Amino acid sequence: MSKVRLLNKKTGGLTLKQKEAATGIGFILLPLISLAVLMYYPIIRSFFISFFDWNLLSDPVFNGGENYKTLMKDEVFFQSLKNTLHWVVMYVPMSVITSFLLALLLDRKLKGSGFFRTMYYLPVVCPIVVVALLFVWIYNTDYGILNFILKELFHIDPIGWLTDTRYSLFAIAVMSVWKWAGYNMLIFLAALQGIDESLYEAAALDGVKPMTLLFKIKIPLVMPSIYFVMLTAVIDAFQMFTEIFIMTKGGPGYSTYTVSYYLWSNAFEYNKMGYACAMAAVMFVIIMVVTLVQNKLMNKKVQYDA
Amino acid sequence: MVKKKRSNFLAYVAVILVAIVVILPFVWMVVSAFKSQRELFAFPPTFFPTEWKWENFVEAASRGSISFLHMFFNTMKIAVPSTVFNIIFSSLAGYAFARLRFPFREKIFMAFLAAMMVPFAITLIPRFLMFKDLGFYDTYVPLIVPVMFGTPFSIFLTRQFFMTLPKELEEAAIVDGCSHVRIWAQIFMPLCKPIIATLTVFQFQSSYNDFMGPVIYIASDAKFTIQMGLSSFRNSFTSRYDLIMAGSILALIPVVIIFICCQKYIVRGIAMSGLKG
Repeated sequence: MSKVRLLNKKTGGLTLKQKEAATGIGFILLPLISLAVLMYYPIIRSFFISFFDWNLLSDPVFNGGENYKTLMKDEVFFQSLKNTLHWVVMYVPMSVITSFLLALLLDRKLKGSGFFRTMYYLPVVCPIVVVALLFVWIYNTDYGILNFILKELFHIDPIGWLTDTRYSLFAIAVMSVWKWAGYNMLIFLAALQGIDESLYEAAALDGVKPMTLLFKIKIPLVMPSIYFVMLTAVIDAFQMFTEIFIMTKGGPGYSTYTVSYYLWSNAFEYNKMGYACAMAAVMFVIIMVVTLVQNKLMNKKVQYDA
Repeated sequence: MVKKKRSNFLAYVAVILVAIVVILPFVWMVVSAFKSQRELFAFPPTFFPTEWKWENFVEAASRGSISFLHMFFNTMKIAVPSTVFNIIFSSLAGYAFARLRFPFREKIFMAFLAAMMVPFAITLIPRFLMFKDLGFYDTYVPLIVPVMFGTPFSIFLTRQFFMTLPKELEEAAIVDGCSHVRIWAQIFMPLCKPIIATLTVFQFQSSYNDFMGPVIYIASDAKFTIQMGLSSFRNSFTSRYDLIMAGSILALIPVVIIFICCQKYIVRGIAMSGLKG
């Protein structure tokens, strides 16, 4: 029976090849439609809406580049861009260094490192709402445990972690390092464990010092993962919403406004759909540029595949 | 040898110190949840509650605008279909991208990959308008549909996994005239249990933990998810941190259980997703 089929490749008027293609397209059809309708079409429509004045109550009115002109003069928007940049400069090094050190620590194959790996990952699975509420309590100026500890140990006067413009963004960044270190650690750990053992053996034979090993072998070979983590952190910085919504609502002042939070409040609090879409467009362009630059850097730096 | 022993000892000290930093906030959450309101704001603060108030949990579970159990079921109504359908559709597509030849296969796959880089804020407003125009505002549809037909991440992960399986696996079945649906269901799916476990955890968590989605689409109290309910705690009982912490613990229990059951798969899944970069 099977032999007959093989010889006679026509099945139902289609060749086997055509049948395979039809099956393949069938299998991806729904995901593809979903991608087109819910991803690519909205991107295009978002650009389109950004040229209209639209409050959802009345019909959209075409206003040319008016939204973009207003945006360029919008101080809150620039403040939120500045906050995002500030966040990246603060958070990315803290996060990358912490998680990389953790990965180095667990890469030593200590007994029980599996247990610690699981433990370090615990904050990652925690819902962000829960983490944010917990830190609102820990950071509380008058009754928070953090200020109490600082007072007892270092005689530091109570700090308004979330109510003082100087500290608010930093406080949220520290919380994020705590929350995400376990995730980035796993990515680094996978990369470290992918390094060929023979490299270490050769280094040991040559009497290479641990620090040289770290800077000349480990870090260069893990570089692609470091770029990956950094790029993700930059993209996430633009998207940060829940932490802000729960912890500060963008305040005090505008010190913790992020682009996403400002966009959300324009769209869903003030019903300025066109204006919010213009913001999304600017954000899209910035993220594209960052991604391209980072890809360029990565291709230049990462030539040697072990 | 001595040197090695000493550095291992130092490493243990470091590992344990980090573990304490990771765990302390959770411990603080638990002890705060059990304290009486007076003790919560006592000075100097106590570490362990003098009296463990289990009533806080009862109160947290029942005092919101709807009960915690109700919010839990609401969340399940989103998380379960999203997860189940996502895995079916993603793995079918992953199979097609890994094993079947069809026109523009690589280009279409790239279109999926590129979508992973697009920030959600770009699609947020047009999507909202689309669902609203279709009459799905204040329903769970906008929270389920965008994930149920497969997401780029899940498709990518299943494809990568299927590519590692040997071709011989399905060749005999194809010669016997077995359909690709059957090969997928009876040969490939049973082999990719670890990847299914990973995707289950990821997808379930992302639906369960989602906050912005429900904030945008859900309006009526009766449809609140757990995350929305928790966030509204902050407004309704401003300084009742005992209840907020108790509610947080209740919200945490399901994800922690799932995490502990599947943790080894999660680790592998992340390793795979990170290495692509």
